[in-house]
Amino acid sequence: MAQELAPAGAFASIPALLARNVKEYGDRPAYREKEFGIWQSWTWAEAAEEIQNLAMGLLALGINRGDHVAIIGRNRPAHYWAMVAAQKVGAVPVPLYQDAVVDEMEYVLEHCGARFVVCGDQEQVDKVIEVQDKIHHIEHVLYYDKRGLRKYDHSHLHWYVDIQEEGRVAHARLEDEMAAREAELDYDSTCVMLYTSGTTGRPKGVVLSNRNIIESAKNSSEFDNLGVNEDILAYLPMAWVGDFIFSLGQAMWTGFCVNCPESADTLMSDLREIGPTYYFAPPRVFETQLTNVMIRMEDSGDLKYAIFHHFMDFAKGGAGEKHGMPKRKVTTQKKTLEQKIRHGFNYAMGIGFAAETIIENGIRLAFAKLRHGKNVRKHFKAKDPIGLNLYGGALKEYFKYRCGDVLVYGPLKDTLGFGRIRVGYTAGEAIGPEIFAFYRSMGINLKQLYGQTEATVFITVQPDGEVRNDTVGVPAPGVEVRIEDNGEIFYRSPGTFVEYYNNPESTADTKDPEGWVATGDAGFFDKKNGHLRIIDRAKDVGKMADGRMFAPKYVENKLKFYPDILEAVVFGNDRNMCTAFINIDLTAVGNWAERNNVAYASYQELAGHPEVLSTIQEHVETVNKSVAEDEMLSGCQIHRFLILHKELDADDGEMTRTRKVRRKIVEEKYAPLIDALYGGKSEQYIETEVTYEDGRKGSINATLEIRDAVVVGNTQGMAAE
Amino acid sequence: MTTDMNADSYVTEDGRTIGPVVMDLKNITLRFGGVVAIKDISFNIREGEIRAIIGPNGAGKSSMLNVISGFYKPQEGEVWFRGSKRPQMKPYQVAQQGLARTFQNIALFEGMTVLDNIMTGRLNKMNANLFQQAIWKGKAEKEELENREACEKVIDFLEIQHIRKTPVGRLPYGLKKRVELARALAAEPSLLLLDEPMAGMNVEEKEDMSRFILDMNDEFGTTIALIEHDMGVVMDLSDRVVVMDYGKKIGDGTPDEVRNNQDVIDAYLGVSHD
Repeated sequence: MAQELAPAGAFASIPALLARNVKEYGDRPAYREKEFGIWQSWTWAEAAEEIQNLAMGLLALGINRGDHVAIIGRNRPAHYWAMVAAQKVGAVPVPLYQDAVVDEMEYVLEHCGARFVVCGDQEQVDKVIEVQDKIHHIEHVLYYDKRGLRKYDHSHLHWYVDIQEEGRVAHARLEDEMAAREAELDYDSTCVMLYTSGTTGRPKGVVLSNRNIIESAKNSSEFDNLGVNEDILAYLPMAWVGDFIFSLGQAMWTGFCVNCPESADTLMSDLREIGPTYYFAPPRVFETQLTNVMIRMEDSGDLKYAIFHHFMDFAKGGAGEKHGMPKRKVTTQKKTLEQKIRHGFNYAMGIGFAAETIIENGIRLAFAKLRHGKNVRKHFKAKDPIGLNLYGGALKEYFKYRCGDVLVYGPLKDTLGFGRIRVGYTAGEAIGPEIFAFYRSMGINLKQLYGQTEATVFITVQPDGEVRNDTVGVPAPGVEVRIEDNGEIFYRSPGTFVEYYNNPESTADTKDPEGWVATGDAGFFDKKNGHLRIIDRAKDVGKMADGRMFAPKYVENKLKFYPDILEAVVFGNDRNMCTAFINIDLTAVGNWAERNNVAYASYQELAGHPEVLSTIQEHVETVNKSVAEDEMLSGCQIHRFLILHKELDADDGEMTRTRKVRRKIVEEKYAPLIDALYGGKSEQYIETEVTYEDGRKGSINATLEIRDAVVVGNTQGMAAE
Repeated sequence: MTTDMNADSYVTEDGRTIGPVVMDLKNITLRFGGVVAIKDISFNIREGEIRAIIGPNGAGKSSMLNVISGFYKPQEGEVWFRGSKRPQMKPYQVAQQGLARTFQNIALFEGMTVLDNIMTGRLNKMNANLFQQAIWKGKAEKEELENREACEKVIDFLEIQHIRKTPVGRLPYGLKKRVELARALAAEPSLLLLDEPMAGMNVEEKEDMSRFILDMNDEFGTTIALIEHDMGVVMDLSDRVVVMDYGKKIGDGTPDEVRNNQDVIDAYLGVSHD
């Protein structure tokens, strides 16, 4: 199908792109990592040498063509190098989720038949050693962080750096062999194998060719004008296709710099220090950041609080979209004198108005305090500076935005680490309209995309200037999309995966001979603007007992847009009404509890608090109203709900590692609760087994209260209207 | 067990080398007025081992640690350090000999950042004078860089990068304990004294701390003497254990020996008097 596409010049593989980068950008930074409190950096030339040495070392260990090299660890340059080194010697890198428990890891390692494993540290080595009792094809284990591994049996365990050293020594002997293997790599040889997160059943190994990776990287880089000057922060799991495309595919294609954080805990401060220009995060990350900002604003002084809300409201009213978005074209040329003067003038105006805003509002606040005392926050609203009235309409709005930029948006973007951001993406789940608007109004070009591992990420993306909260954009360059009669979305693109490893049946199920791939998602194209809208997983879209459409995800997403609600699971397939499990967000609700003097000792206690239940009930009822507006989906209103006593957790198998709910498992595990929801009971006792992070098990029990929610215009008549 | 634990040096089951005696305490008696805190106790600490001191409350464990660290002067007995009898010293002189300690009740500078606190552990390694420090030239700059690097290694080792710049006062208890350990470790001690490193911690924090203690001993070859109440931790971590009760030594030996010692069992579980 995609055979007619000619290879992009001579760069038919990642190692070939690396060689090009060394030639063109040899002394530009390629990788940075914060270690010992300092950003250490490697240029493309240095990185290439590290990769070369490791590849030689692997060759000296006896790696064969087509061997699988598992890579388990957090985002570090060394781990990215290991992937490229494996490709250089004709092997296939298989990055794994580093937080996977032993059982999950065992399945994947066995399935891919890895002979070599590259581990980050002792924790991962321990897991691999445990797995080795059952799987015997693992021959060599490399580790990067030496700590705690001194006493281990080193007959098959090697320090990464030692292997590099061996490779360096063996250089002369192995050079020809390696050159030969590298030359064999072409556009159709395997680039990487990535395991799906396994929302349903066992994870599947998706084989992606060089064509998939390079074409996708090329198309997407051109789509967003990514250049060599970008900086990205690599912090998403290495086993996820997104990270592979951003941190390896696009980085290799455009030659930009990949920055690795010091540790997972320092992520936020590292983000701020780097200030990425191109950024990707799942909606959850944006949500958490927004929640934190809001919590901190609650604790700020009255003047700051008032000014923050004044300018945020202004920006959300459309001014942000109009005046805030970064310029699409980045010129490396120096600014002309005229541009400099204009920029300086605008900035000076901004500062002037900012100073005026603070002084005027400060004085007004002082008077307001005399009148209202401690309640001043409720009564005091910030106002525009009088000076702005000198200007008419559009100009006034423009200067007000610049003023807000100086006072609020700029400092806030800087604090969040988005000071330099030019393109930001979010995907994986639907993002709340409030959250989306918040970031965009600040002048962050946050966009949505829709994709999956099998498509090498990109299916649809939102072009600059056509960004909407409820759609996922138009088909990405080179991608064809069609919608089946039942609503399922199919696509065909140069990024379409080769096959599922060792699983021809699944491959045939998903990909037809013409290359069309079923996404398993249901959606439709918006008639007005040609953007794709996703409703739900195609197989999750069901029918209720009376034949009305049941789209749980649609309702769940609406619920999850409330900061109080972390997760929601809606039931109703083949039933006469819909019900829901709800997980509260401990940060948001905990903060509310603190503010209102509600004492609680645990998540469970807070989740069972009657006032929390009432708040959630209000949210549910509001959602019901908005669901009722859509005639097709009006049956999905929630009649009864309860708040779960524990967070749904990947360690308990209730979610995937990418935090998607495993509906089946939840349904089985909490069957008594579902029976109670439909049985009309007002409370139900439940005992649940939980798995702690170290693998031990315990159990918690609780009696959960079940509440009825008001529904609009429904025939079931379960609740009073 | 075939290893001869009385030999000059031997290798433990997990492959660590235990060397000759570094600290030898001979017939120590410590009195506060009429109260006898420590009564004629002798024991030694060998190079590279983890030595635990256990005992019920008020047994005199912390006093013992204070004698070792030079804070208390015993009325009777001798302290031998690396083959020579140690004269009465000020604690800072003891510190210069390569001893470092942590405290039962955390003794950090609350208003200072974690990094600054750890830097104070390097005080003995800095020689620049006030003037040099003030103008930040010559020795002062060079020393600061060297010591900062050493501190960063400790920070990396104890995994506290995320709180590097946080004032200690804002940290939770478990992290403060870790920072205190970091400060002691920054002094690159040859003998590290830990006074109840795991008091008041939950299981997970205890596991972390145990791992740090073992790794420290393993990576840097630091000799460690620790006081601890959690028997599970003590028995798992230490090579040899001294048991004290009412100021007297009632047991000394490997964890297994101590566990089966009748006096120790009596002291911990009580004795029936019929």
